[in-house]
Amino acid sequence: MHSYLDFEKPIAELEGKIEELRHLTGSAEINIAEEVSKLQGKIDKLLVQAYSKLTPWQKTQVARHHDRPHALEYVTALIDDFTPLAGDRQFAEDSAVIGGLGRFKGNSVVVLGHEKGSGTEGRLKHNFGMARPEGYRKAQRLMMLADRFALPVITLIDTPGAYPGVDAEARGQAEAIARSIETCVGLRVPIVSVIIGEGGSGGAMALAAANTILMQEHAIYSVISPEGCASILWRDSEKNEDAANALKLTADDLLELGVIDKIISEPIGGAHRNKQAAIATVGTTIEDALAELSGIDGSILKTRRREKFLEMGSKGLS
Amino acid sequence: MNWLKNFVRPKLQKLVGGGKDIPENLWHKCPECTQMIFHRDLDKNLHVCHHCGHHMRISAQKRLEMLFDDGAFQKVEAAPTVEDPLKFRDRRKYTDRLKESRTKTGNNDALIVAHGKISGIGVVVAALDFSFMGGSMGVAVGEGLLTAARLAVVQDSALIVVPSSGGARMQEGIYSLMQLPRSIIAVEEVRDAGLPYIVILADPTTGGVSASFAMLGDIAIAEPGAVIGFAGARVIEQTIRETLPEGFQRSEYLYEHGMVDMVVHRAELRDALGRVLSLLKNQTPAAHVLPMLDADAKGTGGVPNIHNPGKPDKG
Repeated sequence: MHSYLDFEKPIAELEGKIEELRHLTGSAEINIAEEVSKLQGKIDKLLVQAYSKLTPWQKTQVARHHDRPHALEYVTALIDDFTPLAGDRQFAEDSAVIGGLGRFKGNSVVVLGHEKGSGTEGRLKHNFGMARPEGYRKAQRLMMLADRFALPVITLIDTPGAYPGVDAEARGQAEAIARSIETCVGLRVPIVSVIIGEGGSGGAMALAAANTILMQEHAIYSVISPEGCASILWRDSEKNEDAANALKLTADDLLELGVIDKIISEPIGGAHRNKQAAIATVGTTIEDALAELSGIDGSILKTRRREKFLEMGSKGLS
Repeated sequence: MNWLKNFVRPKLQKLVGGGKDIPENLWHKCPECTQMIFHRDLDKNLHVCHHCGHHMRISAQKRLEMLFDDGAFQKVEAAPTVEDPLKFRDRRKYTDRLKESRTKTGNNDALIVAHGKISGIGVVVAALDFSFMGGSMGVAVGEGLLTAARLAVVQDSALIVVPSSGGARMQEGIYSLMQLPRSIIAVEEVRDAGLPYIVILADPTTGGVSASFAMLGDIAIAEPGAVIGFAGARVIEQTIRETLPEGFQRSEYLYEHGMVDMVVHRAELRDALGRVLSLLKNQTPAAHVLPMLDADAKGTGGVPNIHNPGKPDKG
């Protein structure tokens, strides 16, 4: 069962009809199949239509969709011999950030990602992808490990933001994020980041100061959530849509602004409608990005990464 | 009341030969203890309440005046950046907010960069002005930090940054987020040159500013009572649905949690900075300490045993 977004009502109705037809028992099976395929065609058309012109606010909802593939699903599908590594060696293990060693298309890599978790239990375990300082410190540790053993780093970005809690503040949330960005920036190995869902503020940035930044078609990346922005700047929590428009958080906008390097297209109706295909496309795009970076000297990789981020802000929207 | 104001007061003023405009705001109310403070006392006391010790927010200009020796410094302009890159508009246009802040503060953006001397040691100081859109960091602030860092490298001097900021400037959207790595890279350039990077955390240092250059000082000094943290207190309260502990996210709290090296009163900041700078750059003291008379030393006849006076000993 899909959970539908507001703008998907007509699609939901048609898919409901198919379900009904499938439940009909009778002799006229061939007719049903015909009818089903007709309806499916209609649905696909509607999906293409709806998803080709999603508003920034609608994209926000798609990016947060519960059925959207999460970091662990990418890791399971794309990384062989995945060996999770845990803990920051200082205080705790934080499941909001997952990471470890593994083999990507035959080569050893370090992979890191924000994991939102699935189902109520999973979401609680992974704290909805909101990391505490330990998560960012674990990320630093693994990135340093990658640096030492000359392994490329892949990061999967999907978080509403860093966890806003008393304990997180007491243990230096701000410092942990800052240090994590500093670590990214200083690496002498290739680092490729993919924004696979929600790129929420500093918590996302902590793992995303990469050589190549890829972003899925319906993912979002922003300095603040539309809700947060609406309540601060509009003083009206109902103005989410306006805030989403103003923030320029879609992949198209970010490509124009030079913040991301490439948009990864998603299956018809979004990554959550065909996870396998979505994950495979992300896989091949990461492979291409890593291939482009392979063989480049470590200090040049670092210099180029620095130059890339020093350029950020030099372009405006036309 | 109107009668008193409009009729009696002018009459009285005429009687005492007044009529001169009396400047407004002669008295300030301390936001912490609500006591009234005369403006001259406030200035003399570096905008620290002499009743309760509350450190009030001050402009970047004042900050520079009180940090540099004799209040003497030279400002440095950063290269202009793209204004309003997203053509942002909330209830008001971002360009209008910018204009208003520029008129109010007389500055182009929230960061002021200057160089001069502290305790005789050449330094570059970058200070954020909270009264300019909450000291928020956009592209111009990032550019200013980069300018400050590069000036420090060229001058072979330390970089001192004084944040006072709510965080990233939302009106510049993703570009304000990109100033986190950008400002960190600026700091890295100073580090790579083997120069000290010192941060003086002033009220407030939160959000994207705390999650970037502000928390990465080689030495972190905080002013008493400053709010320093990543998430806003209100957001945390809404998340955990509890009231926050006393003194939460204040300098002293950070000190106890190992997040800053020292909490220093505003009046002692310059001395503390001078000491740290001198120690980090390993400058020999201004005067040589004479060794004690050595009674057993032969042939010195009670004269202090000085080798090469005036030249520092080389180890």
